Amino acid sequence: MLEKTNVKVLDKVVVRFSGDSGDGMQLAGNIFTNVSAGVGNQVSTFPDYPAEIRAPQGSLSGVSGFQVSVGTGVYTPGDLCDVLIAMNPAALKQNVKFLKPGGVAIVDIDSFKEADLRKALFVTDDPFTELNIKAQVVQVPVTSMTKAALADSGLDNKSVLKCRNIFALGLVCWLFDRPLEAALHHLKTKFARKPAVYEANAKVINAGYDYGHNIHATVSTYRIESDAPVKGVYTDINGNTATAWGLIMASQKSGRPLFLGSYPITPATDILHELAKRKDLGVKAIQMEDEIAGVCSAIGASFAGNLAVTSTSGPGLALKSEGIGLAVMAELPLVVIDVQRGGPSTGLPTKTEQTDLLQALYGRNGESPVAVVAAATPTDCFTMAFEAARIALEHMTPVVLLTDAFIGNGSSAWRIPEDDEFPAINPPYVSAEQLAAGWRPYDRNETTKVRYWAIPGTEGAMHRLGGLEKDCVTGAISTDPVNHEKMVNIRREKVARIADNIPAQEVLGNPDADTLLVGWGGTFGHLNTATEELNAEGTPVALAHFRYINPLPTNALDILRKYKRVVVAELNTGMFADYLQSKLPGVNVLRINKIQGQPFTVTEVKEELTRLIQQA
Amino acid sequence: MENNYTAACYKSDQSVRWCPGCGDHAILNSLHKAMATIGIAPHKIAVISGIGCSSRLPYYMNTYGFHTIHGRAAAVATGFKAANPDMTVWQISGDGDGLAIGGNHFIHAVRRNIDINIILFNNKIYGLTKGQYSPTSDRGFVSKSSPYGTVEDPFIPAELVFGARGNFFARSIDVELAISQEVLVAAAAHHGTSVTEILQNCVIFNNGIHNPITDKEVRADRTIHLRHGEKMLFGKDLNKGIVQDGFGLKAVELGVDGYTIDDVLVHDAHTPSNFLHQQLAMMDGKSLPLALGVIRDVEAPTYDASLTAQVEQVKSAKGFNSLREMILAGDTWTVE
Repeated sequence: MLEKTNVKVLDKVVVRFSGDSGDGMQLAGNIFTNVSAGVGNQVSTFPDYPAEIRAPQGSLSGVSGFQVSVGTGVYTPGDLCDVLIAMNPAALKQNVKFLKPGGVAIVDIDSFKEADLRKALFVTDDPFTELNIKAQVVQVPVTSMTKAALADSGLDNKSVLKCRNIFALGLVCWLFDRPLEAALHHLKTKFARKPAVYEANAKVINAGYDYGHNIHATVSTYRIESDAPVKGVYTDINGNTATAWGLIMASQKSGRPLFLGSYPITPATDILHELAKRKDLGVKAIQMEDEIAGVCSAIGASFAGNLAVTSTSGPGLALKSEGIGLAVMAELPLVVIDVQRGGPSTGLPTKTEQTDLLQALYGRNGESPVAVVAAATPTDCFTMAFEAARIALEHMTPVVLLTDAFIGNGSSAWRIPEDDEFPAINPPYVSAEQLAAGWRPYDRNETTKVRYWAIPGTEGAMHRLGGLEKDCVTGAISTDPVNHEKMVNIRREKVARIADNIPAQEVLGNPDADTLLVGWGGTFGHLNTATEELNAEGTPVALAHFRYINPLPTNALDILRKYKRVVVAELNTGMFADYLQSKLPGVNVLRINKIQGQPFTVTEVKEELTRLIQQA
Repeated sequence: MENNYTAACYKSDQSVRWCPGCGDHAILNSLHKAMATIGIAPHKIAVISGIGCSSRLPYYMNTYGFHTIHGRAAAVATGFKAANPDMTVWQISGDGDGLAIGGNHFIHAVRRNIDINIILFNNKIYGLTKGQYSPTSDRGFVSKSSPYGTVEDPFIPAELVFGARGNFFARSIDVELAISQEVLVAAAAHHGTSVTEILQNCVIFNNGIHNPITDKEVRADRTIHLRHGEKMLFGKDLNKGIVQDGFGLKAVELGVDGYTIDDVLVHDAHTPSNFLHQQLAMMDGKSLPLALGVIRDVEAPTYDASLTAQVEQVKSAKGFNSLREMILAGDTWTVE
């Protein structure tokens, strides 16, 4: 048999698990991810789940997917998958478009009865022909094999069927030569409080693995290359968890207690969940009565001396805008996290977009500048949440951190940083000398234009803040016309000078190319992969991927002026391109845009960029 | 309580800019004096307000102060107190700010029972926007935004507080300085959200709105000053009392129709049931006198204390000293 086994050696593979939203595809995908990361692969995941919690079973709208890429040089979850697992006809129909020609579709043939086909709106009895699948279809009796494996378990039928996903996982583990012990370890953690469920799943994963072994003559198996990664302790982390942890690191580095005022909203709620758990680290995470109360409670906590944060998605950011304006006026530190989703209005709550950029930059009344930063990858959410907090605390300003559904829910392996890898954060506290000399609340550091922070409870520092314009010297209410203009300019200058306290913009790819691809935020993986592949294929491309949006790094505009072609790729109709264009008269900013609630694919970025290069 | 503080310790250097004759001046004076009696150091106090005439008050306090945005002061105060429970927090609001645009935050602050002291200035009008009806204006009230009279019923603030399961409600009138001080001191002593409604006269846009109750000639007969543990007596000669009448209350004259002092109810502000408190608070100065003083004052777990205790309990149970320790206790792997 062995000589017939067809082993493909690949630097990376993409697997997509799909099934009913109740089928446990996210769990199977997560365990596969963790096991792969554990053997030294880079990983990148993309959970693609429906807005409905439980749509009708077997229906097209109820399909839940989880795509993961593992191997070396992995920056994205991949455009198309090498292996698709489809637990029912609806899952196959919805996901076959993500399967590479020549890939493998593994289906649970027990779930392809006539009634199942009708639920998925197939019109013939041969779904594979009807879908015109150009890949190998492996028909596995997942349901009956799972039932057989658990025949003596004493579990009821419903509990038995819940283990189908783990049978599929066992099969995939065999296919990719993943160690079952590691998968069993994750299952044991997951079902620590339900030993009977663990036992059942342990049996089933072995059954799935063995099944693969017994049929291996008919399927290709894969060996995936591993990088030698940086030494250290690793964990699997998604963007929302990384955001929460980055804030905790900033709290430790600033000595300011962490406060979150929030309200549940997809896809940002996991930040609230994580920080609510972190009472074990002293975090106060409060679920308020609405989005406005979320930001306002955070502003109160900021006035009280905490590192104050509110987390939301686009519609919630709209509701918070008046509150953010108050923090601009009162010059209080505040971190606002927007995990972007498809809009406008309720839009596409579970899908990804970059359409809140202009809202973050300008969505308030009056001249109301705030700092805006964006995270590039799931693990970068940790760094940029830290940075958002650092900028807020050191510059006494609201900072909007933009992430998105793609990186918020997506995960990667992450090396846990040592405590000394992040700098101390130094808020501009009022000193005892200043108090003795007659401090006033809007006294400023002349270099940074930042006002000093007096924490309530401090003797001799009583002061009043508010949303009304203040006299630039005394801090008392003022309607003086010239004073107002002066204060508007000071607030703008204060935010502009943050540029002196952030890293310079880097250029990746081939810096000597005459084409510069520009991106920002969560598209980094796709743009970086497209850049690497184009350079490898002989088309020179440089990449400037922005994480500091307002202010821009001090060298940013000089970089952009250097290139013959500047092409901004983003998941909106051109917001960052417009923003850059307004600062770059004379430069023709070209655009690649997509507004489909889905991330870019590497292929479409490469094709569109190549087309633009050939045009001019 | 003896302390070294005087009302002057709580006055800021800002000149007070309310209209001459505005009831807010009297309330501010009462608050300065009440704070001196309470005796908490000015730097341990924060006064937080929304928008409206009353919300200018923090500027006139020599404490930490925050004049926020319309309706949101309860949310700001909640975050402030949760973040820094060592501070004493006062929240100043009006009937428009607190019960219209800020109604949601108001009821949720009361429901949570966070330890803040809300003073609700009720003048039944929007003053700062120059005279529109408010959520406490009576049906039919004519104003610039209701030229033919309103066609809606008002909130009665006390009823809203009880609906939100409030544990402290007191009432005063701007000109009743002694009662105002008494109830503000009691509000500060209470743990949890306290709501003190003060009937306040807007001399410009709603002058005399409370007169049918508050006029000197009628006030003794149309109001009753409730004190815990004392008989519910009112009238110039304290010859009238409140008695139980079936499921309701009735005002009687002692010595008339056979009623004696023994029939008059004794006020119990501390009884957990709010049934009688609500009936007392709903007395409207017509057939029954409007109740002033502390109507309900019941101790219950506060949000801030419960939050602090839960954080401490979870912290000591898990025993992590840093983020890294917490992460390392989870699912990890090592690359050598």
